[in-house]
Amino acid sequence: MMPLLLSKSFHLFGLSIGTLLLSSCLSLAGFSPLAAQENPYIVAYDHNLEEPGSLEVEYFSTFGTQRGGPGFHAFWAEFEYGATAWWTTEFYLDAQSTFGESTVFTGFRWENRVRPLKREHFINPVLYMEFENKNEADKILKEIEGHDVEADQAVPNSIARQQVTREIELKLILSSNYKGWNFTENTIAAKNLSNHPWEFGYALGASRPLALKGAAHRCNFCLQHFIAGVEMYGGLGDRWSFGLHDTSHYLGPGLAWNLPSGWTFRLAPTFGLNGNSHQFLLRWGVSYEVSGFGRMVESMFKGQER
Amino acid sequence: MKFRLYVVASGLLFAGLGLALWAQDGNKGPEQKESVYAELGRVPEKERQKTNPLAKDAEAVAAGEVLFEEHCEECHGNRAMGGKKAPSLRAAEVQNATPGAIFWILTNGVVRKKMPVWSKLPEPQRWQLVSYIKSLGIAEAASEDASRKP
Repeated sequence: MMPLLLSKSFHLFGLSIGTLLLSSCLSLAGFSPLAAQENPYIVAYDHNLEEPGSLEVEYFSTFGTQRGGPGFHAFWAEFEYGATAWWTTEFYLDAQSTFGESTVFTGFRWENRVRPLKREHFINPVLYMEFENKNEADKILKEIEGHDVEADQAVPNSIARQQVTREIELKLILSSNYKGWNFTENTIAAKNLSNHPWEFGYALGASRPLALKGAAHRCNFCLQHFIAGVEMYGGLGDRWSFGLHDTSHYLGPGLAWNLPSGWTFRLAPTFGLNGNSHQFLLRWGVSYEVSGFGRMVESMFKGQER
Repeated sequence: MKFRLYVVASGLLFAGLGLALWAQDGNKGPEQKESVYAELGRVPEKERQKTNPLAKDAEAVAAGEVLFEEHCEECHGNRAMGGKKAPSLRAAEVQNATPGAIFWILTNGVVRKKMPVWSKLPEPQRWQLVSYIKSLGIAEAASEDASRKP
């Protein structure tokens, strides 16, 4: 049993190491890094999309406490590509390790974000569509919706992983930039494709760089590269029982460090706000952004330009 | 059952990739025959008249240069001379534009022509970029390059 567990852990540990290695390889393979300006949100989205032709490879991790069961470490890899200046498409691979139980692959997601308006407004809408294929052992808590509560994650992996869920998730992202601040509000509607009611949720975020002016010299530790913020998210019930009862909610600060070399580090300790929520989640992520990925794929299919 | 799932997943992935490539091609349609600088002519008058609040800031040009290298050089080329993906910013059309017009383009992007929205940079940083771009001046070669662009 133990060697099998270790073997699975090793394979999934490979997912995280693989993502980081891929990022490093991209940085060494002649792709130009692109200095990112990422906000510190883990769950909420703002209206900033990926630059066209750029690929961002990301690894995120969540350590969670669990009442009535062992704690867990959920992690996922993200591949975010700017198809155009108004459309970003993203692919996720999710996994988790429940302490003392097992490590399991929990599914994949494919999301698209589209910016319908050509110009910047006081409030900027972005439409979000996602297809999820995951099992019930998924614990990445990338969004909270419906009546998601802490007890859902207490089910042992061996049972939870047998229940596969296919879900469509829609979000309306409304985001504003004002005097250096970003304010964002996400409304979530998710539908399990196997005859479940629509479920609803929300995510809110506010953030600001620690300095608004750029420094006159290249630096990694200048305040302009650090963006601090706060994020809150939770469920709003479902179509039959809309509201706050039997829902979970979270609040926490976040910090993003955007390096000019294209790397971004994010850290967000998050606290549950009611008895249905995990008491504490420690979330962090690392990402690397490269430009020119789109042109490379294009040239693979079209040959060299003369 | 699993096989069907893999087929659907693969289909979705390929559809995504195809759509992404199609979208890239879609931007090379006849609408690009319009000058790449045409968007400067669409800047609202009120925005065009805005003055650069950092015009007298001694460090604005140097800071703008750092920001340009980090965010813009990849597309617009070394010292804004133009690259494969984006036109020169040393052309007369840009250099003769008001600081407010350049600031507006940075803020709103030209999303249908691949120029991203840079509102994620705080306003002072966008003005620093304007200071740097305006400090470069017109470059002859760049103007010729620009005229060759569709």
